[in-house]
Amino acid sequence: MAMQFYTSPEQIMRDRAEFARKNISRGRNVVVLSCADGVLLVAENVSSALHKVYELYDRIGFAAVGKYNEFENLRTAGVRMADLRGYSYDRRDVNAASLAKAYAQTLGAIFSEQTKPFEVEICVAGVGAGPQEDELYRLTFDGSINDEPGYLAMGGDADQLKEILAEGHDFEAPLADAFALALRALSSSGGNGTPRELTKEVLEVAVLERARPGRAFRRIEGLALEALLASPAAEAQAEAAAEETTEAADTDES
Amino acid sequence: MTGQEFPGKLPNAFMTAGTSSFSEFLMQVAPELLPGRRPLPPGDFAAVSAHATTIVALRTADGVVMAGDRRATMGNYISSRDIEKVFPADGYSLVGIAGTAGLGIELVKLYQLELEHYEKIEGAPLTLNGKANRLATMLRGNLGIALQGLAVVPLFAGFDVDAASLDEAGKIYSFDVVGGIYAERDFDSIGSGSMFAKSSLKKRYRRDIGTEEAVKIAVESLYDAADDDSATGGPDPTRDLYPVVMTATAEGSKRIDEAVVADVARSVIAARTENPYG
Repeated sequence: MAMQFYTSPEQIMRDRAEFARKNISRGRNVVVLSCADGVLLVAENVSSALHKVYELYDRIGFAAVGKYNEFENLRTAGVRMADLRGYSYDRRDVNAASLAKAYAQTLGAIFSEQTKPFEVEICVAGVGAGPQEDELYRLTFDGSINDEPGYLAMGGDADQLKEILAEGHDFEAPLADAFALALRALSSSGGNGTPRELTKEVLEVAVLERARPGRAFRRIEGLALEALLASPAAEAQAEAAAEETTEAADTDES
Repeated sequence: MTGQEFPGKLPNAFMTAGTSSFSEFLMQVAPELLPGRRPLPPGDFAAVSAHATTIVALRTADGVVMAGDRRATMGNYISSRDIEKVFPADGYSLVGIAGTAGLGIELVKLYQLELEHYEKIEGAPLTLNGKANRLATMLRGNLGIALQGLAVVPLFAGFDVDAASLDEAGKIYSFDVVGGIYAERDFDSIGSGSMFAKSSLKKRYRRDIGTEEAVKIAVESLYDAADDDSATGGPDPTRDLYPVVMTATAEGSKRIDEAVVADVARSVIAARTENPYG
């Protein structure tokens, strides 16, 4: 008979957490922030077919980083849960908080029950009547649920991104300004200290539009994204990035 | 390990990959919520629920127009004067119902969600043919109770965004209680007044009419249906109730403004006052 070695629960949980954290930190970042026009979700994503940002329900969006098949699994479950609830009660009875709680339970169960935890970090975002009423929940691999009003960042350099968001975030900012801030945060990571330039090919942008009745989720792609990238706020941001890059290059040369 | 073993986790049906259909998912987790799945004792139950009546749909140069009267009946009793029986199925299609009103409205609600659910899960909407076939599949589940007098028959019309040209974009599908699906060439009507509405359309319909003209003849065909069928309601100026008219065109599906329909209906009434036979 095989010998069973004793491993303390602390050790098991620590190993799992470390495993999940390590793999999540390799992923590219996602930023979610609320502004005057709604909740903006911006992901750095090289694929145009495999999304990281999705619609869950009328006023609720979903963003994720980590292993695709695992967060896709969670997203599908969320859409089903929301649709089932809306069908059995009313569309207005579906809210971000209850979805986030169900996700927390599920992630927590998977974390403690299965040998391998989900290597994902997800965000459930709900757009409210005003920017202060927006709900942003960040859920980690172990089922922890964080209520982060205003802005949140997920992925490898989340802490660094959060600092930038904290500095520049304004609930009353228009969409273009919020986008410029998200862009500044995302481009700050991965460039060894110098901001990178992010083009529309590697950006996935969506917004939960506050003013839109019914299904508020709208993807900003193609020409709309180009227009947003070309807006003065974003331009200024790109120029600053370019300047810093040249400066950095100059210092390198000298 | 299954999800059921651990408290709090979502049941496995939620997490299973494979289906993008909400009604299939519902069959697994909450079959009691599906319309038409309730076991009934033997007998005919036609009299227990209100009946929704006439719907017309016609193809136009821009897409399709669908209109429905506002009456629901229970035998010789008018159970509703302001029921709405034409709905947007999604951004580019319309669905109208005739037959058992309660089941029909439930079917439409599930169908709208079915299309939305698919679109959310897959990231792209179904094709127009796919939507029509899906409606036929959902209808098949109702056959048992349809034969006991609780039949629902929908009429489906939409704008096919994948069509080769604008001329082919407007499409109409009719159904029967067994889930048979029939593509209609120019126009169709369902419900108790459909015979009269169709006769009216037969005389007035021309191919390639514009939306505005189509709205007029749709309202007029409902007037003719109400003229000869007691279960179809005519325009009701005393209560300010007029047919529900919707269009699906390249701009999407939308309801024609009630004030516009009211004007059209009043002009029909005025014309018929001069010449009662149109």
